[in-house]
Amino acid sequence: MSTQEGLPSVVPRPARRGALAQSWQRFVAMFVKEFIQLRRDRPTFAMIVGIPIIQLMLFGYAINTDPKHLPTAVLTGDDSPIARALIGALRATDYFNIKYVARGEADADKLILSNKVQFVIQIPPDFSRQLVRGEKPGLLLIADATDPTATSGAVAAALGAATQALDRELTGPLASLAQNAPPYEIRVHRRYNPAGETRRNIVPGLIGTILTMTMLMYTAMSVTREIERGTMEALLAMPVRPVEIMLGKIAPYVVVGAVQMSTILIVASLLFQVPVVGSLFTLSALTLLFIVANLSVGYTFSTVAVNQLQAMQMTFFFFLPSMLLSGFLFPFYGMPIWAQYTGEALPLTHYLRIVRSVMLKGSNFGDLAVDAGALAAFTLVAMSVAVMRFRQTLD
Amino acid sequence: MSVDSDIAIDVRGLTKYFGAKKVVDNFTLQVARGHIQGFLGPNGSGKTTTIRMLCGLLTPDSGEGECLGYDIRRQQEEIKRYVGYMTQGFSLYRDLTIRENLEFVARVYGLEAPEDAAQAALERLGLVARADQLAGELSGGWKQRLALGACILPGPSLLLLDEPTAGVDPKARRDFWDEIHHLATQGLTVLVSTHYMDEAERCHRIAYIANGRLLASGTIPEIIAGANLSTWVVTGEGLDLLSSQLKRQPGVDMVARFGSALHVGGRDEAAMARVADRYSAEGVHRWRRDEPSLEDVFIDLMTRAGADR
Repeated sequence: MSTQEGLPSVVPRPARRGALAQSWQRFVAMFVKEFIQLRRDRPTFAMIVGIPIIQLMLFGYAINTDPKHLPTAVLTGDDSPIARALIGALRATDYFNIKYVARGEADADKLILSNKVQFVIQIPPDFSRQLVRGEKPGLLLIADATDPTATSGAVAAALGAATQALDRELTGPLASLAQNAPPYEIRVHRRYNPAGETRRNIVPGLIGTILTMTMLMYTAMSVTREIERGTMEALLAMPVRPVEIMLGKIAPYVVVGAVQMSTILIVASLLFQVPVVGSLFTLSALTLLFIVANLSVGYTFSTVAVNQLQAMQMTFFFFLPSMLLSGFLFPFYGMPIWAQYTGEALPLTHYLRIVRSVMLKGSNFGDLAVDAGALAAFTLVAMSVAVMRFRQTLD
Repeated sequence: MSVDSDIAIDVRGLTKYFGAKKVVDNFTLQVARGHIQGFLGPNGSGKTTTIRMLCGLLTPDSGEGECLGYDIRRQQEEIKRYVGYMTQGFSLYRDLTIRENLEFVARVYGLEAPEDAAQAALERLGLVARADQLAGELSGGWKQRLALGACILPGPSLLLLDEPTAGVDPKARRDFWDEIHHLATQGLTVLVSTHYMDEAERCHRIAYIANGRLLASGTIPEIIAGANLSTWVVTGEGLDLLSSQLKRQPGVDMVARFGSALHVGGRDEAAMARVADRYSAEGVHRWRRDEPSLEDVFIDLMTRAGADR
């Protein structure tokens, strides 16, 4: 083209493809563009590979629906060799991990209400005497049946083990007792959920999972949204402090969370007839604490993430283990120790204990102080990280 | 504190790196109270970075200074309270109404009666009738007026405006500058970055920055005199061809098209005069000696800065 120098030359019109080929070309254009953008977003790229691998490893090894080594307390009024042999036999099933010796029935109740044990083996004071007399004394196995799946295996194993438990003890003059049926009976008390209904376990758990999901999402976007919309720069130039921004962003969702909690509770009691045995006040107060804990986690993600997609992915990355390692879907004590420790670091784990205990067992605040403390500590750590992570300048 | 001092901005040797790139290089400036300081320079020259350092949004890597007597490194909180910063893009909440935006600002600055302050601002801006419209629905000119209104709502002593009139129509630009002058007469100091020459000419003093370095600073006559540029105005046919020829001539430092005329200038007066004589002798174009305009000077500065790169 011979145009004057200094003037832009007229661009020659390039040849175009046929109509169908153009459509394909347009698709390719979009495809290539999206792929380039995806590749530029490093953390997203890492998560594409990371999420499946980590989750597979985590859950493949962690999930076990037939939990063993369940925390158990023994309440015995009889220290005879026979009683000890019985306890030994139960322990040998691998299902019972005897962690406590209860000093009385009140003590045993407290251990169950505060979720320290899932079973109490109660041997009445004159157990061996009654046994020798052939009176078929009863051995009481109290199971916390709020999670029926977690306890059913252990109960079955206990009934099985009891049959042969005393074979070695019942020799000599007592050999006649070791004939057919065991000379005692095991009575199982499925406390809090005598019919073993799964929904009694699931519905309170759902309150926790639903709140985790929604609360995380609300705040996870809150800071990245300001950055992406360009309002962050002006906000930073104003005399407002990181703590004020954080609390101001979290507070509205506490109200939202309270509304959600009430909705779920009402629906739960109307449709699923799940009772609230304990105090509604304790439940509400601790649920609010849980809501704040999740909102602070979401907010922390928001200060770490560069864009809303990343914030979303972090939320998801946090939500999945919360579902699977907290004891919501699978028995907590069925997991290997490392998975239990991971679970202990998740707010949902503690909240599930709280919500199930208050709703089904009637635990009070004192029983749940440890879990409440964990939630509070979690909130504090998340908020501190968020405030420290929050960049007050654009440096 | 010396909020009442006569110097509103006093910074010395500000330097800022982004990675290995020196974005602002040894920037020194003083702005007197009540003055309108124009801030000019090509895109990417470091204007926004400098403004951000002035209002505490960026920490300089070296250098020091005060805004309104407050240390820009240590007293960011005080600076944020008394400095109004208008960002380049619209940074109010698009999904809040105009009134809600103003009330938000009033509360963040801790005003005693935020609703009243917002109402007063609405009246001043002439936006009472549209107070309940979403800010995102406003046209460009109104958005910018609203942003300025939000900036001055808490009663700042210093305004930092980053290209406030980019993309705004000429009438709205004019109104905007009338407002800025009105504010300055009330004692407000204004530092405003712009690409428009007519706006630069309405400033009391000008600073010109390129590649992060301050190349010129002062009143308009001072800057023009300091450039030491001999300028001719050329008219006639075929100016585009002539322009590309002149750019290659030794002694010619600046060639720029202004409407139907060509501005040609050089810092070596004798060499430039020889070029002018030779071309005017051809008789094709009319050559006329003229005072350099501010824009001539800036184009020359920009060309020189570009040559440094």
